[in-house]
Amino acid sequence: MGLFGQGILEALRLLVTGDPEVWQITWLSIRVSATATLLSLLVGIPVGALLALSRFPGRAFVVSLVNTGMGLPPVVVGLFVTILLWRNGALGFLELLYTPTAMVTGQLVIAAPIVTGLTLAAVQQVPEAFRLQLLGLGASRPQMIWVLLKEARLPMLAAVMAGFGGVISEVGASMMLGGNIKGSTRVLTTATVLETGKGNFDVAIALSVILLLITFLVNWALSAIQQRRRG
Amino acid sequence: MSRFFAIVWPLAGALLLGVSGHAETQSNVVILSTTTSTQDSGLLDVLVPMFERKTGLTVKTISVGTGQALALAARGEADVTLAHAPGVERKYVEDGKMSNRRLVMYNDFVLIGPPEDPARIKALPSAVDALKRIAESQSRFVSRGDKSGTHVLEQGLWKQADIEPRGAWYIESGQGMGQTLGIANDRRAYTLTDRGTYLAFAKRVDLPILVEKDRPLLNIYSVMEVNPANGPRVNVAGGKAFAEFMLAPETQAVIKAFGVDRYGQPLFVPVAGKKDEDL
Repeated sequence: MGLFGQGILEALRLLVTGDPEVWQITWLSIRVSATATLLSLLVGIPVGALLALSRFPGRAFVVSLVNTGMGLPPVVVGLFVTILLWRNGALGFLELLYTPTAMVTGQLVIAAPIVTGLTLAAVQQVPEAFRLQLLGLGASRPQMIWVLLKEARLPMLAAVMAGFGGVISEVGASMMLGGNIKGSTRVLTTATVLETGKGNFDVAIALSVILLLITFLVNWALSAIQQRRRG
Repeated sequence: MSRFFAIVWPLAGALLLGVSGHAETQSNVVILSTTTSTQDSGLLDVLVPMFERKTGLTVKTISVGTGQALALAARGEADVTLAHAPGVERKYVEDGKMSNRRLVMYNDFVLIGPPEDPARIKALPSAVDALKRIAESQSRFVSRGDKSGTHVLEQGLWKQADIEPRGAWYIESGQGMGQTLGIANDRRAYTLTDRGTYLAFAKRVDLPILVEKDRPLLNIYSVMEVNPANGPRVNVAGGKAFAEFMLAPETQAVIKAFGVDRYGQPLFVPVAGKKDEDL
């Protein structure tokens, strides 16, 4: 049997036997990335909606900044946030480096532009005429934004999926900000790097399979919501 | 949408609390900066929990290349360092960045390469002579190229051979020992590896050991404490406690037995109390 077969068997074995370390790593991955994604929604949806609806000088520049941010390399985010969080760095007094909170911070920086950019695109694709009609019917501005967001909620679910997918799969920022500490900040991606380095390729493949499984389940659930509402 | 936020806000709050819930107070935390080889061998997975049970302190192990491990310590971003590049370590001690450097254990490096041995280095007593032959015959050699302890030692050997390795035959992987072994195996190249990682990869690498047991190939691990002057938050007591722990007879006994069950031979030889020149 090939290495992949061995790896998939190993994944099943680890999941079925309930290997406590693997469960702990998996649960931390979900917790960190879900938190970062939810926080990025709180930042990204309002900022994206406002950017979509407002007109001001330099708006095009800000929009291209956001779009660039959608492709921020996690390793760059990791490096910059690490330097900020160093004991002797600007935010060192918070003593956050090598904690899950530091990883959430890094992933938030990665996911927020993705959610902002996709929200911006989603709100913008609602026809201008619809917006004017709302205002014409006497809606206040907050009411109008509310209705627009409701209208754009399906594409915005795509923003959630893209944000979550981006952060749960990144390794650079998690490695630097968490330090891949056993029992504390080790997540699926960093554990995969470690096991590969150790030559435990079957375990590494098993961890990758678990990671893919989680990403699939989350996206499957979100897609189900998205498609049901469409129906 | 209001329903959406009614769900999202409390969820985010709860998750954040859950995530940051077990933040430890930092005086109980010791940051150990060390090399990937100690981590990859699995030794620290045994020693760190032992230390934590004994002292009630929490260790955060940051395993990076020796170069980075020492650089982090010099910035006061770690409390204690376990490294394996004696020359570089002594420089940090002389500069006052690190103190109380003490030997913990050693193992050794081996030169491996394709069985056909195009540079004809097999069983040469001197690693330096072997590198000379590799360079002369322009046989492929994979270097870590990452300022790790292994890379530093390799550079030292080239220096002794009075050769500045460059050219298409000299491949810099920029990666850890495991990945580098994979590349060397794939490219049928020579490389320098610590014996521990080599044993761990023996099943997947068909490059035999060609040169070994030469004095310059000793791989000596030392523990150093971080000078509190490097930064305001250095946990001096915690760093010292970990250093003392590494040298304690009980710990040294664990090091001596480590790896026997898995590889049939120990991976490290404990040497607490000895000096570099004793080896």
